[in-house]
Amino acid sequence: MNDTFEPTIVAFLCNWCTFTAADLAGTSRLSYPQNVKIVRMMCSGMVDPVYVLKAFLEGADGVYVGGCWPGDCHYINGNLKARRRAALLTEILKQFGIEEDRFWLRWVAASDGIMFQEHSKEMTEKLRALGPSPLSVDRTIA
Amino acid sequence: MTAYSKLSVTEGSLNESLAALFKSMLEKNVVDAVLVPAHQRPKGVMQTLITEPGGLVQIDPFAPVVPVSTATLVSKLTNVPSGRPLAVVMRSCEVRALLELVKLKQASVEDLVLIGIDCLGRYENADYMKLEQNGSTSKAFLEAARDGMGAKSADEPHVATACKICEYPVSDNVDIRLCVIGCEPNEVFIEWVSDKGEEARKALGIDVQEAPSGRKEAVEKIKKTRIAERDKVFADIHERVNSLEKLRDYLAGCVNCYNCRVACPVCYCKECVFVTDTFRHPGDRYVSWADKRGSLKMPTESLLYHLTRMTHMSTLCVGCGQCTSACPNNIELSQLFRAVAQKTQARFDYHPGRSLDEPQPLAVFYAEELVEVTGQVK
Ligand code: SF4
Ligand code: SF4
Ligand code: FES
Repeated sequence: MNDTFEPTIVAFLCNWCTFTAADLAGTSRLSYPQNVKIVRMMCSGMVDPVYVLKAFLEGADGVYVGGCWPGDCHYINGNLKARRRAALLTEILKQFGIEEDRFWLRWVAASDGIMFQEHSKEMTEKLRALGPSPLSVDRTIA
Repeated sequence: MTAYSKLSVTEGSLNESLAALFKSMLEKNVVDAVLVPAHQRPKGVMQTLITEPGGLVQIDPFAPVVPVSTATLVSKLTNVPSGRPLAVVMRSCEVRALLELVKLKQASVEDLVLIGIDCLGRYENADYMKLEQNGSTSKAFLEAARDGMGAKSADEPHVATACKICEYPVSDNVDIRLCVIGCEPNEVFIEWVSDKGEEARKALGIDVQEAPSGRKEAVEKIKKTRIAERDKVFADIHERVNSLEKLRDYLAGCVNCYNCRVACPVCYCKECVFVTDTFRHPGDRYVSWADKRGSLKMPTESLLYHLTRMTHMSTLCVGCGQCTSACPNNIELSQLFRAVAQKTQARFDYHPGRSLDEPQPLAVFYAEELVEVTGQVK
């Protein structure tokens, strides 16, 4: 089953870095998996934990948050807040069987289309190995 | 070493003796008012803000019931400070929650004399009112509760589960303590803990006496029993509720009334997002959700609500049990939230209510920390 399983990844990308990098990956014809659904955010610090939870409850197999490297956030420290929240969310999600590999926070520079491409491939591989999220299978969990 | 004084309690007069103490605080202008649990007409015990000594006749500070967390009430009293000195009688969970509200700038302890009472647990409100009607007294409770359970036989109501697993029978960070643990029946010791407390003692002209000899051991014993009980509950929840499917099952029956967050003293949002337009969806959205799933349980988003609450306040959960008490559907929320809180608080090495100087985990962030979250180094 894992051969054919195509995980759905919801990616919340900061407009100033990872989103630009994803765009660059596109214009440079670097292919990244189709299953990454991108939501453009103004900053990784704008990603409210409730968005991440909602994505999982709606059946996402993985959630990716992309932000600027520490020191590069356009709002100075939105990414550092995002990191605290990610640590917190991970603790909660883990307890309820959502493995750490399903929820990523990563720093990607605007010029680094390749890194975004790598992350999406790597995450897709990991999720293929993990299999579908229980919530994408049993849609009554909500 | 802090100073102790013995409050003389003669047979049947626990509350009279305590009333005399508060009366003297009012008359000697140590404070302008006392917030203290008192019997209400026709039944029940509620916190009562008393300015006239005459009002003290109904007080019952050790009544084993907490209808509303006093932290929530003190927030009302001090959010916009009255500028008048107040004494507040609180249990440990309430003091700890209050300190968290102070950090959130939703309360202040500046004008307060905090009086912490030893806590041997509390009953659920409805259970307490029945006991009260049957003539149970706090004095009898304190005597019976020395085993930490507050029930002499199986068919009597037990104290709230939250209390059986609470490792804080004694309040820290208070000015004055009213001690019963490790004291003889018929004895209450006053411990003058802080400078403010010591000032109050001098103003009241109360002499210092020897500390109750068995107190330390007795407190440790209760803590040990409760910690053992707590760890059993944590292990059980961590094992029993280890998937979102099981979380859904645990929360079965939730009707989205949001009583649990209203009752929670540390649920700090002034306006909960779940009662805003964000969650007032147009009809076609519900239908399309049903389309996607084949069926849709309504009300919707119960799981999202509880998970969101965990992200907001679990690092601040003081384990008071008010959420469980407030639930009309008998969902054991406090065990669940405490078990989650154990993990989230450990991640940030945070203990709510331990110290006013420790910033809340989501209120601070540093460049050089938590590198393991992204695992990336430049
Ligand atoms: S979640 Fe429950 S136990 Fe924890 S602080 Fe709030 S009301 Fe108390
Ligand atoms: S009090 Fe009980 S029914 Fe109401 S929202 Fe909380 S868990 Fe659900
Ligand atoms: S602007 Fe990119 S993370 Fe804040």
